[in-house]
Amino acid sequence: MRLLEKTGEGILRALDGAGETLLLLFRGLGWGRTAWRYRRLVVAQMLFCGVESLSVVAVVAFAAGMIVSLQTGTALADFQLQDTIGSIVAVSVCREMGPVFAAIIVAARVGSAMAAQLGTMKVSEEVDALEAMSINPVRYLVMPRVIGLVLMMPVLAMFSDVLGIAGGAMVGRLQIGVPYTVFFDKALDSLEMKDIGVGILKTTVFGMIIAAVACRQGLGAVSGALGVGKATTKTVVISLMFVLIFNYFISAIFY
Amino acid sequence: MVLDNLDLEVGEGELLCIIGGSGQGKSVILKHILGFMKPDRGDIRVGGVSIARASQKELYEVRKTYGVLFQSAALLFSLNVGENLALPLREHTDLDEARIAEIVRERLSWVELEGHEETMPPDLSGGMLKRAGLARAIVRDPKIILFDEPTTGLDPVLSATIGKLITSLRSRLRFTGIAVTHDMNLAYMIADRIAMLYDGRIIESGTPKEIKNSRNPRVQEFIHGMPALIA
Repeated sequence: MRLLEKTGEGILRALDGAGETLLLLFRGLGWGRTAWRYRRLVVAQMLFCGVESLSVVAVVAFAAGMIVSLQTGTALADFQLQDTIGSIVAVSVCREMGPVFAAIIVAARVGSAMAAQLGTMKVSEEVDALEAMSINPVRYLVMPRVIGLVLMMPVLAMFSDVLGIAGGAMVGRLQIGVPYTVFFDKALDSLEMKDIGVGILKTTVFGMIIAAVACRQGLGAVSGALGVGKATTKTVVISLMFVLIFNYFISAIFY
Repeated sequence: MVLDNLDLEVGEGELLCIIGGSGQGKSVILKHILGFMKPDRGDIRVGGVSIARASQKELYEVRKTYGVLFQSAALLFSLNVGENLALPLREHTDLDEARIAEIVRERLSWVELEGHEETMPPDLSGGMLKRAGLARAIVRDPKIILFDEPTTGLDPVLSATIGKLITSLRSRLRFTGIAVTHDMNLAYMIADRIAMLYDGRIIESGTPKEIKNSRNPRVQEFIHGMPALIA
């Protein structure tokens, strides 16, 4: 009986948290109408979320493309089908790996930093100070983060796509022996605009998930440094969980 | 229950100090006045507006008349001191940047922090942080200023400096003030009236002189820091 109660309590708490996160996301997006007025804050977030993440995204995407190319290329070479790895790398990178890897990096690097920053502001009374000055924290803190991340996530994903394909092409040429022209011909033949469009849609959704979870966890932080640490950890875990779940459903809808 | 049957009135232009031991709910009173917390019963009225029943929009309007000095000063650590002071002016006025810079300079000079516009909050000492927080609290010439433990963490000399600053700012701005503190020297220095909070209620209220001469053992125990007065 106690187990049932605890399970029920856990489910209710999770639903409560999800509702609050969704509400915060909508409120943040709603304040998007003031984004021009707060453009300095939005641009700062875009730089932090996007530009400063480029190098990590580049390394991870390039390595991921190399791995896909190596594994599929080696297997396909047994059947003399190695020339098709351009198609496989391009489609798998653009549809799944580019958006998901970009989201994983952003959740780990940006989401955790957002939660830590907002959590520290919360426990050191900075958020209360904003409220006391009649400055809405959702408008001043949440909106620039949501808008900044939503705008930069598709850019990061496209960057990740390009680097992933480049990594695949390099391994294809050097280890599998597929010429660059063949690799890219196959890649371009297989890719459709839909793949790019769905990738952008996915990353926009992922950006919203990461920003909303980070802001909700950060602004909900209590109990000093311990609370900030918990908020940071929860942000990464919850964001990644929802990124993977939403990735499946968006893929299932479009493919 | 932290506060019970609390009945308190602050007149316009008056500075009330609420004293009381740690955990007695002094800061909770300020949170209710700010609308951060709502009472289970009763009301808080500021200039005719019911804080307990006010909508978020109404609360934001009322808070525009407040200045608040937080216990930790609560400056935004991502902004320099000048930007911290400019923030409420940029948010709530149409003043141009030159005028905002002028006001910021003036307010910093009032708290003896001239030339610290570009300093980041983490680079300020405890006393300077409090003064910068005070400058931000007065930047829009508020009608009401709330002070939450304004001298906590400061040595006696710095505490006296904050007390003097509050007194001199009062003569300039003529605000209504509520300060919660357990620093009796500060209370005697700045208050028109002192109210002692104990067990969620005001057990004594009067001028600093009346409080000093109070026969209430709880008050005497607190102001002299001598628990042995009550067996």
